[in-house]
Amino acid sequence: MSKKVARLGVFVALAMVFSYIEVLIPFHFGIPGVKLGIANVVVVAGLYLLSVPEVLMISVVRIVLSGLLFGNGVSVLYSLAGGMLSFFAMWLLKKVKGFSLVGVSIAGGVMHNVGQLMAAAWILGNLRIAVYFPVLLVAGLLTGSMIGLLAGAIVRALCRMNDE
Amino acid sequence: MYKMKKRDMILILGILLAAGVSYLLLGKNVQGDRVVIILDGQEYGTYPLAQDRELDIRSEYGYNRIVIRQGKVSVTEADCPDKYCVKQGETSKESKSLICLPHKLVVEVRLGTEDQNDVDAVAQ
Repeated sequence: MSKKVARLGVFVALAMVFSYIEVLIPFHFGIPGVKLGIANVVVVAGLYLLSVPEVLMISVVRIVLSGLLFGNGVSVLYSLAGGMLSFFAMWLLKKVKGFSLVGVSIAGGVMHNVGQLMAAAWILGNLRIAVYFPVLLVAGLLTGSMIGLLAGAIVRALCRMNDE
Repeated sequence: MYKMKKRDMILILGILLAAGVSYLLLGKNVQGDRVVIILDGQEYGTYPLAQDRELDIRSEYGYNRIVIRQGKVSVTEADCPDKYCVKQGETSKESKSLICLPHKLVVEVRLGTEDQNDVDAVAQ
């Protein structure tokens, strides 16, 4: 049990380090709420390495802790909305089968942005922010691909490590 | 699990399609919240659409009178020869700008992002 907790802790710590790196390297599409989401590499890779409840917990804990450390109070809400929608989409696509890891990651990336947009619209109380929907779709597609490639490389390396 | 499959392509195409369609549907009708006046390629000023205002723009190229009223902006007077800017009427959308070519004047409507503070007026 403690071994499991330790392992999950390592994953969360890794994800938080990725979050922090992202905070250090500001990356803007010029639109609010668009990030690279490098920490999601851990989540995507985790989906193919760990059990679903474990990955879910890693994602939630990472979002909450990172939000408290690196963000302001409201940002946790946006991140959670995006993170949970993204997780659900990725879990669904993986379960349905027929999608590659990158495909799953792309879906995750897109839904992450969609979730954040929806949360923002709800908090702001108006739909004007919906203007950014098209850009966020494409941005999610691009970041999702990148993250998918990274996560795929990690999963491949780890599996190979296990085989040796 | 690593190779791209047909379903991935469908997903990507679907996303691009959704982006394109939503862009066409949303982009056209977006009401802006601020007026940006560009004179000779430089930003002259930014003004909220919400506040009624009249601006006299005089430059070496000529004179234009810009009026912001009831959430719309228009060019009401100009001393350019064809007065095409005045004829363009009013706008409150990002997709329509008012342009006075001989005076090198562009009156754009834009939508601010949440990062920017609400401007009362910004003069450059």
